[in-house]
Amino acid sequence: MISATHAILIIAVTAGCTFLTRLAPFALFGRKEPPKAVLYIGEVLPAAVIAILVIYCLRGTSFMEMSKWLPAFIACSITAALHVWKRNNLLSIGGGTICYMLMIQLIFV
Amino acid sequence: MLFDSGICYEDTTVDFCLGKMYDSSIMKEALKFAFKRDIPVMLGYIFMGIAFGLMLQDAGYSFVWAFFISLTCYAGTMQFVLVSLLTGGAGLLSTAVMTFSINSRHIFYGLSFLKKFKEMGKAYPYMIFSLTDETYALLCGTRIPFEIDSKKTMFFMAALNQSYWVIGCTAGALFGSLISFDTTGVDFAMTALFVVIFVDQWREAKTHIPVFIGIGCGLVSLLIIGPDNFIIPALAAAIGLLIACRRPIEGGKKSGGENTAAASDEDRKKSNGDDADEMPYAGGEAEKEEGKA
Repeated sequence: MISATHAILIIAVTAGCTFLTRLAPFALFGRKEPPKAVLYIGEVLPAAVIAILVIYCLRGTSFMEMSKWLPAFIACSITAALHVWKRNNLLSIGGGTICYMLMIQLIFV
Repeated sequence: MLFDSGICYEDTTVDFCLGKMYDSSIMKEALKFAFKRDIPVMLGYIFMGIAFGLMLQDAGYSFVWAFFISLTCYAGTMQFVLVSLLTGGAGLLSTAVMTFSINSRHIFYGLSFLKKFKEMGKAYPYMIFSLTDETYALLCGTRIPFEIDSKKTMFFMAALNQSYWVIGCTAGALFGSLISFDTTGVDFAMTALFVVIFVDQWREAKTHIPVFIGIGCGLVSLLIIGPDNFIIPALAAAIGLLIACRRPIEGGKKSGGENTAAASDEDRKKSNGDDADEMPYAGGEAEKEEGKA
């Protein structure tokens, strides 16, 4: 095991750099009135980012093996369907997650 | 119905009416609303945090370390990488490079909250610090009702999320090994959260061009670059395309009618042609987009 000082330094660097990535847009554009184009990007970006984040979550899913992508695909569909139907966050997320866990633990082992 | 969206900039009247009133019932309302909206993240963060705590404990670090890491770093994927950096005794420079490469997607998130966070006064630095994937998605996807103080609610949402993460990480290092049921797959809760916010945004959006841009850029980048480094090129390409498609997107927002899809496609072709030189991804992906749309 490395020394405690070294460990603390690694953690401090990780914390600092993580904060810097989050601070960057505010440091660049936060001072005065941001350019119109930047505000426009900020307004339309979330829709694109959420789509990319869904892909990001599923990025490790292998499309070669059906036992990998099928449960993820079914669980996403169940989540979306439940949400379109009842529009209850907890029900959609809970239902989708439980189905996923059951599928990968019992069916697609 | 009057709603105040998390990314809406025109709610100064709301703040004028409610922001100045420092009333405990307003605090309670905001906290209650934030708590309800945060429940999905609570489940995800606590279980993911437990997984992290367990891993850290296995690497020989106690719950005190887990507590301070989740308090100061507060990053999902990066904390898991941090465990291997600690066990491997990584150098500080490589730690910094690793952190920047894994977390660089956060650079884009603040763009949606430039004004909103600044208006939050004392909470401004904390809101920047705590802007994780999940908090970002939740803040974007939440429409705060008119009668609830939006700034306090946003602060509570961010702070509650981090408290769940800290609790999960610490508890994982303390008692994670006592969990007896099989939690394999519980991390799907985060995917499901993004799917739910995706559905919400889809329903409320006046134009779906940004969503298709996101799907297209994400998939194309994933296919070309592979799962490890696809997100930054995907986000960069998405921003390029969003700029290129500014006219159709804003046009679609204003009119919001049935005929916007056709009109916007033409506009999109035009503006893509103009900007194709500046954006290397714009051309190829725009064609794919059109195929899908």
